[in-house]
Amino acid sequence: MAEADSSSEELYDEGNWVFYKYRVDWNDVVPVPQDDGPYPIVAIAYSEKFRDIYDYFRAILKSCEKSERALQLTKDALDLNPANYTVWQYRREILKHLNKDLIPELQYVKEMIEENPKNYQVWHHRRVIVEWLQDPSYELNLTETILSQDAKNYHAWQHRQWVIRTFKLFNNELEYVEQLLDDDIRNNSAWNQRYFVINNTTGFTKEVIDRELEFTLNKIKKVTNNESAWNYLRGVLLHHTGGISQDPAVKKMCEELYLSGNRSPFLLAFLVDMCEEKIERADGDMNDSLQHAVQLCDVLANEYDTIRKEYWNYVARSLSQRMNSSEDEATGSMKTE
Amino acid sequence: MAANVRSFEAIKKERFKDENCPTPTSEEQMKVEESVEQLFDLFSKMVEIDLDAPTLLRIHHAAFLKKSLTYLPNAYQCLDASRPWLCYWILHSLELLDETLVSEDISKIAQFLGKCQSPEGGFAGGPGQFPHLAPTYAAVNALCTLGTEEAYNIIDREKLQKFLWSVRSPEGAFQMHPGGEVDIRGVYCALAVARLTNIYTDALFDNSANWIVSCQTYEGGFSGSPGMEAHGGYAFCGLAALSLLGKEQLCDIKSFLRWIVNRQMRFEGGFQGRTNKLVDGCYSFWQGGAFPLLHRILTQQDPSAVSMERWLFHQEALQEYILICCQNSSGGLVDKPTKPRDIYHTCYTLSGLSVAQHFVHGKANIVGNPNNELAPIHPVYNVGLEAALNALQYFQQLPVPQTQPS
Ligand SMILES: [Zn+2]
Repeated sequence: MAEADSSSEELYDEGNWVFYKYRVDWNDVVPVPQDDGPYPIVAIAYSEKFRDIYDYFRAILKSCEKSERALQLTKDALDLNPANYTVWQYRREILKHLNKDLIPELQYVKEMIEENPKNYQVWHHRRVIVEWLQDPSYELNLTETILSQDAKNYHAWQHRQWVIRTFKLFNNELEYVEQLLDDDIRNNSAWNQRYFVINNTTGFTKEVIDRELEFTLNKIKKVTNNESAWNYLRGVLLHHTGGISQDPAVKKMCEELYLSGNRSPFLLAFLVDMCEEKIERADGDMNDSLQHAVQLCDVLANEYDTIRKEYWNYVARSLSQRMNSSEDEATGSMKTE
Repeated sequence: MAANVRSFEAIKKERFKDENCPTPTSEEQMKVEESVEQLFDLFSKMVEIDLDAPTLLRIHHAAFLKKSLTYLPNAYQCLDASRPWLCYWILHSLELLDETLVSEDISKIAQFLGKCQSPEGGFAGGPGQFPHLAPTYAAVNALCTLGTEEAYNIIDREKLQKFLWSVRSPEGAFQMHPGGEVDIRGVYCALAVARLTNIYTDALFDNSANWIVSCQTYEGGFSGSPGMEAHGGYAFCGLAALSLLGKEQLCDIKSFLRWIVNRQMRFEGGFQGRTNKLVDGCYSFWQGGAFPLLHRILTQQDPSAVSMERWLFHQEALQEYILICCQNSSGGLVDKPTKPRDIYHTCYTLSGLSVAQHFVHGKANIVGNPNNELAPIHPVYNVGLEAALNALQYFQQLPVPQTQPS
């Protein structure tokens, strides 16, 4: 197995690389050059090695050869361009055809992922192999290794979510997320994973909401300019019967922060939305809420969040107009009565 | 100093504050701001001498692109399965710069793209490779940018429709290629080519809108697949795909808007892809390009509140980031200062710059040299506006193929 699986890279190290066109065990194959037509456009300056390997890859693709040597050839081709999805797809066809042991393939694709952690094809190949094996036992470890180098790697998270969901591996995930948030409270991918876990396990029940609010409010108090935590707070409150404006703990924290002089744009933005919701819920004096919201939009536009000036001006106009038109409706309906 | 340039003294207060809690995110952010501030400082000295600054290095960018059209160095081997993309990025950038090609070259490029078309329909990453939705989108956009009848007729529309059927999943999502990954890029690429070449049918996209909406996250943006984190590239795909279906109202527009306006960086002026990530020139389009779509949606919902003069992001700040921080002095544009130039970032920073310069039909809003003005784009396809309208008109005259799933 080990021998058949070793790439020819290992047989021929860089110094002794032998082109396929000079290999005796390949002399039955006629290489197929790339057909760019008479006018090559965006012509890449391929190395001689690249050209040689891909000439032979095109040849086996054409003859549909699915052999051990073809499998090795795909490895050489992928070494030079791991983004060639055609080669990966054909490699999978060969693996199937030869009914290969897939455990060594897992090791191979792990190495490829470690070398190319932001490549779509390597991760997709991993997923297909795990699907074929129906064995997710190495996946949490693998993604943790990759995330330890780049805690926001999108492909790693996507693979991890797929594994966790498909094989029901939610058990220790919240602890993992908490560890990542201890390392970096601003890691938005970790916050997103927290939401993913809860949404797919307990759901946002009353108890879970209270627990999550406490968790998030503590994090916000620690770093008030951390948008990830504020966004997560909104995410949790999507499930709260009281919306964003009625929870006493949330209200209290916002008031305290504001009174302490904090002017985090995320705090002010949250206060705007609280006012808006109070208007919609007809909670308290609507004119007071509107006035407060418009004032907040104004300081956001002109002082604390000037990059979003257009947006805050729009929010203020939109709020005032909705108020006006609902008042018109109210007076209109009174008249008809 | 030109009136529409931000005061760099005033924006110093926008620098990141780590609240005595440094983490990898804040440390990286502060490093990038440092390199951006250096360029801003340099620029504020330069603008005292050159009142027209900043200037788009048109000639350098065009030369870099034209050279790349025929010859790419060995480092591009890793894009050997993305050659229609390379064509599209170059042609679209040249179109934005108002650079024209001679008809002989247009014909050669069209024929080369024809070589990338698969016998089964759809386009591949290069001649002889398997068909894939991403190069299919790129090839169709490139051919429409070329805009000749020869270029249009390269596309085998009936087989293209068959190819789209072959990658459709039962839920209405799309695999990138047979046996490949499913994500929100797939449905956008499929819809864009289907609409542009008039092969769209309701059956082909049955339930796709619901699948797209399932990718909207609690933050408001769209993710690559349900459950994942909201992300600029995928957010554009999601919103543009819903626009192509005419079903934008199925998603939560208000939370989408809140999420996307917050992706513009308060100090740098460019966009980040995700919450608490770094600015990157290519999101000038992936995020910036969503604003014209949002404008159309909000104008329908809330006409009197929407500004009829500007998009809902800071157009000048984005232009400044691109012109001051993203230009390589020998041509080509970059992700952020200190990064090498490449064709992808050249295309998407220029596309974003065009969006920041042009409001609907109104007057252009040009930061710096008046000569910086680029051609306008069609934001749903990211093809030059005129080229997109011409292509739509051409294919509208042809009958819609009625192939069935096999
Ligand atoms: Zn980028």
